Amino acid sequence: MTEIIVVTSGKGGVGKTTTSASLATGLAMQGKKVAVIDFDVGLRNLDLIMGCERRVVYDFVNVVHGEATLKQALIKDKRHENLFVLAASQTRDKDALTQEGVEKVLDELTKENFDFVVCDSPAGIEKGAHLAMYFADHAVVVVNPEVSSVRDSDRILGLLASKTRRAEKGEAPIKQHLLLTRYNPNRVEAGEMLSVKDVEEILGISVVGVIPESENVLAASNAGVPVILDDNSNAGAAYKDTVARILGEERPLRFLEPVKKGFLKRVFGG
Amino acid sequence: MGILDFLKRKPEPSAGVAKERLRIIVAQERSTRGGPDYLPLLRNELLEVIRKYVNVDVEAVNINLERDSGHEVLELSVALPDGKPVV
Repeated sequence: MTEIIVVTSGKGGVGKTTTSASLATGLAMQGKKVAVIDFDVGLRNLDLIMGCERRVVYDFVNVVHGEATLKQALIKDKRHENLFVLAASQTRDKDALTQEGVEKVLDELTKENFDFVVCDSPAGIEKGAHLAMYFADHAVVVVNPEVSSVRDSDRILGLLASKTRRAEKGEAPIKQHLLLTRYNPNRVEAGEMLSVKDVEEILGISVVGVIPESENVLAASNAGVPVILDDNSNAGAAYKDTVARILGEERPLRFLEPVKKGFLKRVFGG
Repeated sequence: MGILDFLKRKPEPSAGVAKERLRIIVAQERSTRGGPDYLPLLRNELLEVIRKYVNVDVEAVNINLERDSGHEVLELSVALPDGKPVV
């Protein structure tokens, strides 16, 4: 049984692609057969974060239009042989994807016995975002502790509950997972940033993970290595916890406490 | 944070304000969600009509759509200001 996970948010720049890359890699590290699809037609970026940008020959739209087979377009990850990337098209217009075309590709992945398909949604609530969420069984809603991101994610939660195949067919609703990223415990303690509890209260849903703001995320994207593979970063460790929770394991939240500065730093600054 | 930072003015903690604003706007947007697209327009036109007679605030008109088994109830409430009407 193939499970389809959409990574979505409404607002741009909150960490959808970073999350898609780490989630897909994390599931593959657990031995699952995983495909991760970039739905952002015209603004391909997942390939860069996954570090396979120079190996893209065919893309998602080529497969939908029958110009390439799915096998030709799936890029095998360098690090995990059970992980595959399907890149977004860089040239076609936004209408290049159709609901039937997306369904055909997802059906084919199901026949190929994939355990998970991770759909990296574009920002916004237009067609691309709609198609990315339409067939999903799980949704990871990425949110930053910031007013516009929280408001947009509430809108997305509403759309997940009404504008998806599961909702239209009256099936069991999509499992919603709220992922809080770019969290800075020091700023939360200073009262400058919404806390985990604040965000959970406003949205009425509990978080599946909290990813601390980390310099390692930029370093990881610079290098084209998903941050979950960075064993020395809190962000990577938090993503590993999140993947385990999505697979049903119970793990306590980590990295929510402020990092105390040492005595010298407190006196002399820095 | 060094010794001289004590002299700097600290910013007011703003997370509380953010939470309160979000609480209100999210509740308001949820109440109109799933309703027909004409609801916001209806609300604005009603507001204009009411304003011909009474000087009410934008937030004075509240539209609520409730679905009950089989039928829908469109509920309108207008909070009139204290004091005498304009007309």
